[in-house]
Amino acid sequence: MNMFSFKQANKSIELIDNFLNIIDQGGLIFKEGVKNYLHNNRESFVDNLKTLSKLETEADVLKRKIENILYTHSLMPQLRGDILKLIEELDGIMNQCKKSLFQFDVEVPFIPAELNQDMIKLTEICISAVESVIPAARAYFKDPASVKEKIHRVYLYENEADKLADAIKRKVFQDMPGIKRLSEKFHLRYFTLHIEMISDGAQDVADLLSVMAIKRTL
Amino acid sequence: MLFLIFLSSGLFLGWSLGANDAANIFGSAVGSRMISFKRAAWIASIFVVIGAVFQGQGGSETLNELGTVDALAGAFTVSLSAAFIVLIMTRRSLPVSTSQAIVGAIVGWSMFTGNPTDYKVLGKIVSTWVSGPILGMIFAALLFLLLRRVLQRAKIHIIKLDSYIRTALIIVGAFGAYSLGANNIANVMGVFVSSAPNVNLNFGLFQLDGVQILFLLGGLAISVGIFTYSKRVMEKVGNGILALTPEAAIVVVLSQSLVLFLFSSKAFASLLISLGLPPLPMVPVSSTQLVIGALLGIGMVKGMREVKITALGGVALGWVITPILAGTLTFFSLFFIQNVFGLKVSTLEIERAGDVITQLQSPQITRQINMILPGLLVFSVGVIISLIYMFFRQQKLRLKTENELLMKQNEIFNSQRALKDLEINSIQAHNTVLATQLELKRQEYNSILLNIKEQKEFLENITNEIHELIGNKNIEKRDEKLKELSLLLKQRMSFTREINDFYEKIEETHKGFTEKLQEKHPDLTDNDVRLAILVRLGLSSKEIATLMNISPKSVEIARYRFRKKLGLKERESMGDLLKNI
Repeated sequence: MNMFSFKQANKSIELIDNFLNIIDQGGLIFKEGVKNYLHNNRESFVDNLKTLSKLETEADVLKRKIENILYTHSLMPQLRGDILKLIEELDGIMNQCKKSLFQFDVEVPFIPAELNQDMIKLTEICISAVESVIPAARAYFKDPASVKEKIHRVYLYENEADKLADAIKRKVFQDMPGIKRLSEKFHLRYFTLHIEMISDGAQDVADLLSVMAIKRTL
Repeated sequence: MLFLIFLSSGLFLGWSLGANDAANIFGSAVGSRMISFKRAAWIASIFVVIGAVFQGQGGSETLNELGTVDALAGAFTVSLSAAFIVLIMTRRSLPVSTSQAIVGAIVGWSMFTGNPTDYKVLGKIVSTWVSGPILGMIFAALLFLLLRRVLQRAKIHIIKLDSYIRTALIIVGAFGAYSLGANNIANVMGVFVSSAPNVNLNFGLFQLDGVQILFLLGGLAISVGIFTYSKRVMEKVGNGILALTPEAAIVVVLSQSLVLFLFSSKAFASLLISLGLPPLPMVPVSSTQLVIGALLGIGMVKGMREVKITALGGVALGWVITPILAGTLTFFSLFFIQNVFGLKVSTLEIERAGDVITQLQSPQITRQINMILPGLLVFSVGVIISLIYMFFRQQKLRLKTENELLMKQNEIFNSQRALKDLEINSIQAHNTVLATQLELKRQEYNSILLNIKEQKEFLENITNEIHELIGNKNIEKRDEKLKELSLLLKQRMSFTREINDFYEKIEETHKGFTEKLQEKHPDLTDNDVRLAILVRLGLSSKEIATLMNISPKSVEIARYRFRKKLGLKERESMGDLLKNI
């Protein structure tokens, strides 16, 4: 076990803060990316895709650095398992955002204009869930007692996202005779699902955080 | 020498105390891997010895008030019996207290030798068995509440908090070890105090009297116990009863240390007296029972959810069983020692028997031994050895780093060499390709040269023949000759050989294509294949006509037939199809 130094502690705090910032930024870029795709702004969409890809790589690098520092310097032996799980889950959200946006680029789904508003709203709600989980994650490190009051928003957004996603799927399969091919319907359903999964990821993080906060409460 | 043999039971008790009780101080920290065992063992050992030597006398005075075990064999038996009981109880996983064992053993000795037991002192001691854990509980509850409040208000980042806690665990652990040494050394060496050697070692900065030397030995025995056996106990309790959050661990260790300190501090006792309060008795208390008290205190703050009533039962059982067992065992052991080995277990008894023995209790002159010079010598030797060790360690580290650097450089050099080899190979391959291309070009120029030469000869022949014809009067012969020449020129204009060369080259370049095409359509003729190549090159019908030496119309017909053979539909492009093969 290496001699512990306050320098290492400060370094790891900085790494975790940066990691959380990147996840936050990733959510915003994803939202912009989906909007640009739906509004046919190809150039901006490609730009968003590149930025998101870069952010995702950065998040991965930071994740590895955090793992490394927590283990090699034996920081918080009792809590580091939980913290690393949290980082892993947050990275999962980032991966989901990137994967989803890449699928837009690769599969170029045909989204009828009448679905645009719903899709944008779904994306916004899902990203709001992510945006709400970040302060909760920050609170875990400094003020675990306030985690609970922060994560209730995540559950609310996740619930709303579920409802809206269901409505979109119902609309696609039942109220849009214009979409003739089943393959197109499936395609739309998958894209709705991929966006919805982002809020599910945020909910998983919120669940984890609530358990972790209880563990930390003296 | 005999003294040392008799002292062995006390040292054994010290070893057992170190093995078991150090875990109460560093168990949580080591079990949760916040502090390494090695570091914990060093801190615990050093501070236990310091505590024992400089603040250990209070507890042993109280024990002596209870019963002055004034014969070495008696002290040996008392100590051994207590150690034996502690060992058995530890094996049975009961929260045993060394102090209760030693008190029971002393009472057993008093009963055997007929020494009167001071019940007032006994009552004082027994009251601490209850008041100690209760005090520990109160301290723990208050400290826990305070710490919780502070942490809630301060909102320190968890990682920073972790670093503070580590430092705090070390500081509190050191204080705990000091208090443990100060308080519990009486258990280990208390009964030997009256047999302590009458010497005074002067180290310049401080002096050690006989009792302190005894306590130093006891402290060292505790340290040996810590180093040799406490790791297992620390890991066991650290992951069992003491598997606490680091914050709670600090509270447990601190409250336990405070109680141990207060029950052994003369200064605190005089402070209480000066304030008009009853002083706390200076009695060795059990750190294990203090830990249980502290855990109870934390449990109470948390709402009694985690309080284990069985643990309390264990403590109560320890209060009753340990002294009784130790007392009984001491009683019978003394009987055995006295009657079988014929050793004196008490001077009082000897006096009673009427033996005329010169008492050793007559006032003795204390031997003053000046230890300044030897102490300085030992210190200097220690410093020199440490410096040499550090120097060699530094050298070793430097060599290691240099070696690593060299290895890295070697690796880099190897990879660079491999890269260079690769580069050289690729340059060589490129050179070979260039040489082949040069040879081909040379051959091409040769053939062009030959061609030019041939053309020149041919044209010269024609010119000569035309010159001969000029002025030829025989019109018939002239016409015939002109026809012959015209045919020759026409034949020459078909460029058969050049065209053949061209096809050869094209077929060479598109070798894969022709093979694939013939594989797909085995019924194609050579002309069809040629046409396919020309279409694939994107040439127009006019260009194809020239190259195939046929009219553009014929090319169109050939294309049409070829389309049929390929099975192309109306809108499908032949060029695209051929390009994709």
